[in-house]
Amino acid sequence: MTALDPPDNPPDGDPGRRPAARGPRRTAPDHAACAPTLSRETQWMMAVRDQRDRTAFAALFDHFAPRLKGFVIRSGIPAAKAEEVVQDVMLTIWRKADQFDPHRAQVSAWIYQIARNRQIDVMRRDGRPMPEELREDPGTEPDASQILAVEQEARQLKSALTRLNAEQRDVIEKAYLGELSHQQISDQTGLPLGTIKSRIRLGLNRLRHELKDLKP
Amino acid sequence: MSVTHHHIPDSMLAAYAAGTLPQAFAVVVATHVSMCSLCRAALGAHEAVGGAVLELQDQVAVSDGLKSNVLDLLDAPFAPTTAPARNGIYPGPVVEAMKGRAPRWKTLGMGVRQDILFGQKDGSLRLLYIPPGQAVPDHGHNGLELTLVLQGSFSDETGQFGVGDVEVADETLEHTPVADAGDPCICLAATDAPLRFRALAPRLLQPLFRI
Repeated sequence: MTALDPPDNPPDGDPGRRPAARGPRRTAPDHAACAPTLSRETQWMMAVRDQRDRTAFAALFDHFAPRLKGFVIRSGIPAAKAEEVVQDVMLTIWRKADQFDPHRAQVSAWIYQIARNRQIDVMRRDGRPMPEELREDPGTEPDASQILAVEQEARQLKSALTRLNAEQRDVIEKAYLGELSHQQISDQTGLPLGTIKSRIRLGLNRLRHELKDLKP
Repeated sequence: MSVTHHHIPDSMLAAYAAGTLPQAFAVVVATHVSMCSLCRAALGAHEAVGGAVLELQDQVAVSDGLKSNVLDLLDAPFAPTTAPARNGIYPGPVVEAMKGRAPRWKTLGMGVRQDILFGQKDGSLRLLYIPPGQAVPDHGHNGLELTLVLQGSFSDETGQFGVGDVEVADETLEHTPVADAGDPCICLAATDAPLRFRALAPRLLQPLFRI
């Protein structure tokens, strides 16, 4: 995989982090064994999912609510209505926490699709049709190395975004904030967005591996 | 999970992730993703980009009371929503578009039938039923058309399409899809414009049948 990394793209993960071979069972009373290596956001989200931990939820709120508010306003929802959307998104995070699977999605990616769904509900008559949900078998043990890999890819993607020039980053933000039509996104293929694309490709193989045994 | 060979274009997955696809196309994408782990993974990658955009968003302070409001609401009752499950050959998103009912087939002639699930100004979504060996009338496209196979298979000038496969056709493609031998071919078809048929009679019938 390293050979595929763009040369201008040094690994930006913490060198001290080494994936554990296997984490504790998900039903264990805490995640202490793998917790030191996972991001705060993932730890909070898993505590919300597994222990219905309100302190962890409050921490998620402090981290995401101001970002969600900025995101929602930028997506064209009036500031007065933005907090209503933020509130709905945060409540959905709490209520649908059992659908969060850190092997497949980093917390911000999972929250992104919840936020887009809510915004679409607000702006359109029809909600967005969603794919069938995949479920892990109950009692599946968390695989810390897979969770860490998803996190590391998310970090590298974020870092790749910050290295784009202003115009390129603006195009990406517009596309994922819902400001571009499909045709406009399709027309952007000539733009030098190679770093983002190579990041997406790297993440793909891992996700495909993760998905192959899951069934709706 | 079936192995599909014809997938959703990447730009369309990005637009789906961002929520900017017309509804008819979004149903096809959600249906294909339900059947294809490759595209489910690709959609996950786009959501990861969206997550990074969210993380890097300028923060706007929320009002003082919002957090306590949300915390107070954690125990409030709510109606859980569950994504519709597959029913026979129809994946969950199609079941939802059919509003849980059985198909209401309308004959188009030559054994070809359709069921219009919805028609809106930004596009239409329908089910097509094509008997084995039967061609869908030769047609060009005013806009973009997605055809996803739910049962059987069809072939045209560009290749063969089996269960889960999606054909993407635009103005430049004039093709004649023919259902292969075996089970009748049932497809989910979405357009962002009315189809135009080359033969005179079907064109006259077009307003009547809305195809």
